[in-house]
Amino acid sequence: MLREGKVVAKSYIARDVFEFVIAVDLKNIEIRPGQFVHVRVSESTEHVLRRPISISSVDTINHTITLVFRAGDQSSGTNKIALTAVGEHLDLLLPLGNGYKLDDVNQGDSVLIIGGGIGVPPLYELAKRLDDRGVRTTHILGFNSEKDVFYEDKFKALGETYIATADGSYGNPGFVTDVIEEIGDAFDKFYACGPKVMLKVLDETLDIDGYISLEERMGCGIGVCYACVCQSRKQGQLKICTDGPVFEKGAIIL
Amino acid sequence: MNHKLNVSLPGLDLKNPVMPASGCFSFGQEFSKLYNLSELGAIMIKAATEEEREGNLTPRVAETSSGMLNAIGLQNPGVDHIIENELKFLNTYDVPVIANVAGTTIEDYVEVARKISASPTVKALELNISCPNVKEGGIQFGTDPKTAKELTRAVKEVSEKPVYVKLSPNVTSIVDMAKSVSEYADGLTMINTLVGMKLDSNGKPLLNNKTGGLSGPAIKPVAINMVYQVRQALPDIPIIAMGGISNVDDIIDFISVGADAVAIGTMNFTNPFICKELIELLSKKVSDMNLNHIHDIKGRAFV
Repeated sequence: MLREGKVVAKSYIARDVFEFVIAVDLKNIEIRPGQFVHVRVSESTEHVLRRPISISSVDTINHTITLVFRAGDQSSGTNKIALTAVGEHLDLLLPLGNGYKLDDVNQGDSVLIIGGGIGVPPLYELAKRLDDRGVRTTHILGFNSEKDVFYEDKFKALGETYIATADGSYGNPGFVTDVIEEIGDAFDKFYACGPKVMLKVLDETLDIDGYISLEERMGCGIGVCYACVCQSRKQGQLKICTDGPVFEKGAIIL
Repeated sequence: MNHKLNVSLPGLDLKNPVMPASGCFSFGQEFSKLYNLSELGAIMIKAATEEEREGNLTPRVAETSSGMLNAIGLQNPGVDHIIENELKFLNTYDVPVIANVAGTTIEDYVEVARKISASPTVKALELNISCPNVKEGGIQFGTDPKTAKELTRAVKEVSEKPVYVKLSPNVTSIVDMAKSVSEYADGLTMINTLVGMKLDSNGKPLLNNKTGGLSGPAIKPVAINMVYQVRQALPDIPIIAMGGISNVDDIIDFISVGADAVAIGTMNFTNPFICKELIELLSKKVSDMNLNHIHDIKGRAFV
């Protein structure tokens, strides 16, 4: 497990949303899309819990990972992380979690990628990897408002991309489900990450197989503290940090 | 190995006086991927109950200033599963295991204690009469001195190993509790978490259980004072102390108020390598302080 990284670039890409490029030694580490990093807020003990942040892209040539996260109010841990300057180090644990499975889609398949808000970032590395495998990706990204939209161009470069905003200020007015109604679900698979309400609707209404990625308050991030459990249909209680965060459609009671 | 850190307590030959606290280390498998568990003084494993427990609904944790609230609710696979699986795994390491025993009735505690104390891997029991996060049992045994003593007596009768009682700070007099259980207990572990509550931005309790147990550096002064009080009242009883330890000076503080050994809880989440790191730092600290043994400073707060 890696324990440290150096911030090499940071930018403010949407309302309260930061993008950090972090140099890490990827020599002996393979990162799957959908995995996350547990970031320590600071060396002090004011914030005792790390913050789980999903990995939005991996650059194995330059040995960097990119994290996109939303900073909370001034006293929040994520805000303190956002204040980390370029050149400073972050205390990280990575890679954590299971990540998305890629080997059950083939070249020429067509898949639907659905992201909501701060659930969008891990889907970017996923879309890149699927694209590398010759899988056709269509993206639907939902945000609250125009100010919250990010990564539209990045996804557009990989495939057809629809943006939905709840307040109608940008793209399609409404939710990601409104876009699905419009374009249909004639895809081989779907991959989703976002708020639980969105995942629940997709899990229950889409007729195609797919994967969802869950979010929960975490303690340790490594399966020890039992804070982030969810109820599965067949395997009892599972831990989101180590059994997930990615689960097959229908596996979890949402 | 640094003999200056060896500590002998009932049932326990500790290489060093540092161990992970119950509930913050699960049953060791995850940490075994990070470092060699045999480096630890001991391991206090997650609470075992007679039947499997699913625990509380989420959210189960919330961060607070220099601490956290948890209301896991003693989720565990049940004592039989733990003996068959988790303890067998731990038996491959050279480290004493302290089994945390919980229940909702005296009969539950007795049954779990009888079974788990028979395991050769288990060197001592930690009687959990102080979990604030379950509706029945747990803390109700830990707030009334007479009930606590009765439970300790009943468990001692069946246990094949020494019994340490984990005290709750949520009492009027921790000294009265300690005195009462010490009639039967081989040792004390203290303190468990303090009952607390955090609200969300809508003014509602954030945890599904509404209340949770406060842990982390925020509670260290409370723990230090309680160990100080109990050590003065009971000069000879073995005490394994815990409550907010985050660095080597915290360990020195707990020994200074009379603890024999210490456990590290919440900080295992902040830094999963902390137990290993603090053992190394403690070894260095003892040399820097020119001590012949870590216990040279035990109880120095009193003189």
